[in-house]
Amino acid sequence: MEYLNLFVKSVFIDNMIFAYFLGMCSFLAVSKNVKTATGLGIAVTFVILITLPVNYLLDKYVLSAGALSWIGPDFAGIDLSFLSFIIFIAVIAAITQIVEMVVEKFSPSLYSSLGIFLPLIAVNCAVMGASLFMQERAYASVGEATVYALGSGLGWFLAIVAMAAIREKLAYSNVPKPLKGLGITFIMTGLMGMAFMAFMGIQL
Amino acid sequence: MDKEIYKKPLFLTNPVTVLVLGICSSLAVTVQMKGACIMGLSVMIVTGFSSLFASLLRNGIPNRIRIIVQLVIVALFVILIDQFLKAYMYDLSKSLSVYVGLIITNCIIMGRIEAFALGNKPWPSFVDGIANGFGYAMILIVLSFFRELLGSGTIFSIKVIPQSWYDAGYMNNGLMILPPMALILIGVIVWIQRSIQKDLQEK
Repeated sequence: MEYLNLFVKSVFIDNMIFAYFLGMCSFLAVSKNVKTATGLGIAVTFVILITLPVNYLLDKYVLSAGALSWIGPDFAGIDLSFLSFIIFIAVIAAITQIVEMVVEKFSPSLYSSLGIFLPLIAVNCAVMGASLFMQERAYASVGEATVYALGSGLGWFLAIVAMAAIREKLAYSNVPKPLKGLGITFIMTGLMGMAFMAFMGIQL
Repeated sequence: MDKEIYKKPLFLTNPVTVLVLGICSSLAVTVQMKGACIMGLSVMIVTGFSSLFASLLRNGIPNRIRIIVQLVIVALFVILIDQFLKAYMYDLSKSLSVYVGLIITNCIIMGRIEAFALGNKPWPSFVDGIANGFGYAMILIVLSFFRELLGSGTIFSIKVIPQSWYDAGYMNNGLMILPPMALILIGVIVWIQRSIQKDLQEK
């Protein structure tokens, strides 16, 4: 039950895009048609789902204060938490590289349509943000961290696919010229964020 | 040195409203002007110095692994800033929470290193980095000014809306403090800029 609660909370209430603005760059650039958006959404969800448990274990057993005590009592006083940014980003960059190779091998059409945005998942704030939130909120077990990873990834996926669907329809409407493209996308994201605020306070 | 390097990023090619970079990490810090100023300043320092160092090392970095090398350079400066904030401004660093760490993945920094620092001498790269950081800080400050003024009636936590207004029935707009309003405000800024500079409009 706790897991389900955490899952719903991370998909709808703590949505990466609408509540924390994470991953906006690729969200704005790739949300022009539903098919590419779906591909990128799945790739990002996948990368978060793998990197977050790995970073959780690294944080728990290597980086945080006293985490090295499993080696021996001499190591108990070491606090490596200042290294966490650099370690997290290295793990994320490495895993993104692997995902890129896998996608290139098994789905060349998706690979070419995602283009530059696939390697850029490494610097997608949603991925790094999920790891940092995991560290800040100090989840109790690796299971909780994984559920949180799945939830926030799916939340991002949901947001980008919904936005792409709206933008496909928007092509036929008459938007004021200076607002066309970027401006209206920001405002729509804001309005969708307001709609998502309706989920606030849901407890299962 | 070309004056364009530091003039352009402020308005013509502003990293946030024109190039659409670096929106990710920082709209959430614009609720209060103080947080926005510190965040803007931090990003300016990181962009400037990482551009400088990337440019100094540009002939020694193998092309295939350059992204990793750049990330390490950027992460170094972000760690310095984070430790500094934790040591001297603990409360503020708590309220900025994960967003200081997210400067690493701020697209402006990587974007400027890729697009400018790797092909130019150190000094122009440094100026370019600082100018882009400033263009970003400027947007943060404008946003946070309106959000704090309309949302809590204060500027830099000092009350500016007189009590007599509240007595007469004026109310703070609570929506301004919530996340969606930051997006709508930045949409409005883009709208204003594109009404002035017609060549930026999308077909």
